[in-house]
Amino acid sequence: MSQDRSTRKRAFVDGVRAFLPLVIAVIPFGLVFGIVAAGSDMGSWLGGATSFIIFAGAAQLATLQLVDAGAAGAVVIATALVINARHLMYSAALAPAFREFPKSARIVLPYLLTDQAFAISVVRFGEIEDPVYRRWFFTGAGLGLWVTWQIFTVVGIVVGAQVPASWSLDFAIPLMFVILLVPTLKGRPELIAAIVGAAVAVAAASAPYGLGLMIGAMSGVVAGVVAQRVMP
Amino acid sequence: MTDFAIVVAIGIGTYLIRLSFIGIVGDRAMPDWAMVPIRFVAPAVLAALAAPAVLLHDGDLAISPATNPRALAAAVALLLAWKTKNVAVVIAAGMATVWALQAIL
Repeated sequence: MSQDRSTRKRAFVDGVRAFLPLVIAVIPFGLVFGIVAAGSDMGSWLGGATSFIIFAGAAQLATLQLVDAGAAGAVVIATALVINARHLMYSAALAPAFREFPKSARIVLPYLLTDQAFAISVVRFGEIEDPVYRRWFFTGAGLGLWVTWQIFTVVGIVVGAQVPASWSLDFAIPLMFVILLVPTLKGRPELIAAIVGAAVAVAAASAPYGLGLMIGAMSGVVAGVVAQRVMP
Repeated sequence: MTDFAIVVAIGIGTYLIRLSFIGIVGDRAMPDWAMVPIRFVAPAVLAALAAPAVLLHDGDLAISPATNPRALAAAVALLLAWKTKNVAVVIAAGMATVWALQAIL
């Protein structure tokens, strides 16, 4: 039992440590998100609460942007969930490891499943098979990100309330999307998906109900699938 | 629909997506027909999110730095994001480019 406890502690600390190098990227992202939330139509409270309720940066930014643009509620929800569909892959990849966890952990821990927590955990899970270690390692990595994200959302909101509109800080939103986009361009089909997605979204920008983004995104996905089939 | 209801719906939906294979589907492997399109969701969506905000000015396509400083600033950001992967550097350079162009023009 005492060995179990020391394993938990070591695994948790290892998880937090594995997350630490990513802090450099998460802090400015959280700050920018908070600043944007403070200036959004949703406002500081609800905009900031998305960090707790949704806890997925790109989807949170898109939600604020679409609500600001006056998109229909159903379209905002559908678009945000499409953005988060990538978590299906993470969930599928981690499911065999999570099957060894107690039921409570299988219910609670998926809330902490982010791009970063997945990337860190999938590497460590390949090295260490002990379910106790895996559970607490994931908890450490996931909570490390969660705490950082909440804190810097709030700091960003406080800062953002002081920033005048003439500073064009709303431009930080597309800049964040560019930063998130670049590492996803792993091959030519991905590049084609991005180019088609961008072009169609621009062409469809005035589509009703804020559907332009969804139309662009779907076109990009189809283009990527086709490109992958056609290209060697 | 209130903004609060929208946020809660996205929160619940996102949690269910994260829970999907872990808690609901079990550990059956994800079928290929679903796996392939999902690979392209991130690049397609992120590009579709960024492009209109960067390339459109009052609803029209504008890529000249004179009328739309954001297009050039985004190009700078894209290059830097590719080269450095440093979030703070890209944000700072992108914002500085916009401010500089706004000041000059």
